[in-house]
Amino acid sequence: MQEFLQQLVNGVAWGSIYSLIALGYTMVYGVLRLINFAHGDVYMVGAYAGLFSALWLRAGTEPSLGKALLVLLFAMAVCALLGVVIERAAYRPVRRHPRLTSLITAIGVSLLLENLGIVVFGARPRAFPEIVRSQRLELGSIVIGSHQFLVLGVALILMLLLQLIVHRTRIGKAMRAVSFNADAARLMGIPTDSVIAFTFALGSALAAAAGVLVGLYLPRVDPLMGLIPGLKAFVAAVLGGIGNIPGAMVGGLVMGIAETMVVAYLAPTYRDAIAFALLILILLFRPTGLLGKREVEKV
Amino acid sequence: MRFLIQPTVGGAGWCAGVALLFVAVAGCGGGGNAEEVLIGGYMGLTGDVATFGEATQNGIVMAIDEINAAGGIGGKKLRVRIEDDQGRSEEAATVVRKLISQDGVIAVLGDIPSSNSLAAAPICQAAGVPMITPSSTNPKVTQTGDYIFRVCFIDDFQGTVMAKFAYEHKNIRKAAILRDVRSDYSVGLADYFISTFTKLGGTIVADQSYSRGDTEFRPQLTSLKGAKPEAIFVPGYYNDVGLIVRQARELGIEEPLLGGDGWDSPELFALGQESLRNTYFSNHYSTEDQSPAVQRFLQAYKARFNAVPDALAALGYDAAQFLAAGLRRLHEEDAAAFTKLAGAARAGDQGRAQARAKLRDLLAGIRGLEGVTGSISVDENRNAVKPAVVLAVKSSGYEYVTTIEP
Repeated sequence: MQEFLQQLVNGVAWGSIYSLIALGYTMVYGVLRLINFAHGDVYMVGAYAGLFSALWLRAGTEPSLGKALLVLLFAMAVCALLGVVIERAAYRPVRRHPRLTSLITAIGVSLLLENLGIVVFGARPRAFPEIVRSQRLELGSIVIGSHQFLVLGVALILMLLLQLIVHRTRIGKAMRAVSFNADAARLMGIPTDSVIAFTFALGSALAAAAGVLVGLYLPRVDPLMGLIPGLKAFVAAVLGGIGNIPGAMVGGLVMGIAETMVVAYLAPTYRDAIAFALLILILLFRPTGLLGKREVEKV
Repeated sequence: MRFLIQPTVGGAGWCAGVALLFVAVAGCGGGGNAEEVLIGGYMGLTGDVATFGEATQNGIVMAIDEINAAGGIGGKKLRVRIEDDQGRSEEAATVVRKLISQDGVIAVLGDIPSSNSLAAAPICQAAGVPMITPSSTNPKVTQTGDYIFRVCFIDDFQGTVMAKFAYEHKNIRKAAILRDVRSDYSVGLADYFISTFTKLGGTIVADQSYSRGDTEFRPQLTSLKGAKPEAIFVPGYYNDVGLIVRQARELGIEEPLLGGDGWDSPELFALGQESLRNTYFSNHYSTEDQSPAVQRFLQAYKARFNAVPDALAALGYDAAQFLAAGLRRLHEEDAAAFTKLAGAARAGDQGRAQARAKLRDLLAGIRGLEGVTGSISVDENRNAVKPAVVLAVKSSGYEYVTTIEP
């Protein structure tokens, strides 16, 4: 039982990383109906931005909370910018084209980022500096590593902030309006282009946060690290109901827990298979996802 | 989605054939001196394993020079001709064919990567030329035939070594395993660890696995922790081990972690940092070994090459000494046959082939040869039965702990 609870802690911490990445997928899908396959690679860039800023600030050798926060904010800022640039350069020109065009473009951007990563950062995996010293919090016999706590805590705070932005601010209202009906929103005077750019910035910043957290949590980064987590976070977004923000959070947590339990109680080799098994199941039995609403397709 | 993308390594060196021709011309009539015994060597002196090849070459050359300085064997000097195979197996086959048919070498030393040794071994076997690999650890290499020897232990042996270390030196009775199921190396080490450890009287309380490329090991480590082992054997490569150690310590696993020579990399320190406390792995040799053989080798190597010899240099040295030991015995037992090995080879020289066969038999009979990497005995599969060293990982580097006899 204790072991099960410990595994649950592992699963929740790991799942909250998927949640953060899944949020970016779901938000972009919400406003553009586009699956941004480059999102996993934005997460990779975020991890490297965190790595380099941590090295520059010497956050690994002389860690402090302020530096850790700076590293996180810097990575998020870099990726927010990257998200806007990607949207402007790659997706906006093809926005009026059939949806397949933007999908292929997304795959192209993904390949570009991965291979640029190999050229710029080198293919060799790198150790991420320990920007927050690891400590152990023991609750009875359950051990929660401070990094697990941190990952979960930061993820929750960011998700709360996101909810506030989406539901309590003007730009959030505009995002919801564009998501509901982009043409109508534009007719009502909402600057859809900037709203879409903002959505990309927001989603990419969350991916960057996930990248920094994963760097701290594992602690290793490499240029292809976004590949599998990106796919799994996409599955998590579909699982929760794509386009639905709380759904992405739930989907990510479900994925993390399912993966951990499969490794712990079945076979570690099925770790990657479980994600796609879940995807097939959800598409068969609840195509709108766990929290998704059924949309009536008007002909 | 994007699984097809791999960074491609540019193929280098198509001019190898040209270079070979040049060497062949230069090497015409090699070994012509009747007062010399010509030995061949092949290893990658350029290409991506160049540092391995250089270290091995240094070790070999140093051994040969020492033997000659001491008067050679039976009044004859040894001469070694080393060819660069660029670390590629097709080149390895080419240069070995050349060494045997053109230079008429009496034995061949090489290579480091098992794949290259596997490419050249059938050629040596067919020609009846003894081949001694310094550091190819794959068991298949010596299975090629009875002319193929090695002076290093095979992968499986390290599992046995760490089991003995855990049971006898650390007094561990309950051990757990965390193996990489996608690596033959890791699985082999784990299996031999288990069989030795249980034979000694210990229990394996948990056996978990991961796949190369995994980064999150907490689920496995949590399961292992629940089984309450006194030590965990992690026979992986440094990239994974660094993360495993970090995550294990964070989960409160303070028990010793054990591993094999796959841990041996500076990268391990960058990934593992202070979590590497209380971890041990097996290796071929340690510069901190205070035995006179090691210390003497260390001093001489440093004086000559201005570098600290790694395990490959030591194994290269031992491979040459191993061959020399065989030649010495041949000279003692059958001086006439030994004389046939000196000087130039003539085509269809039956006497020379018989002398090589005799040399092979004597090499197969070597027991307890004192080398830098320990006492070397040849088993029935022509693998070296020899001790391994156990190193403790410290923040400053490795620390010699003990030597484990087979």
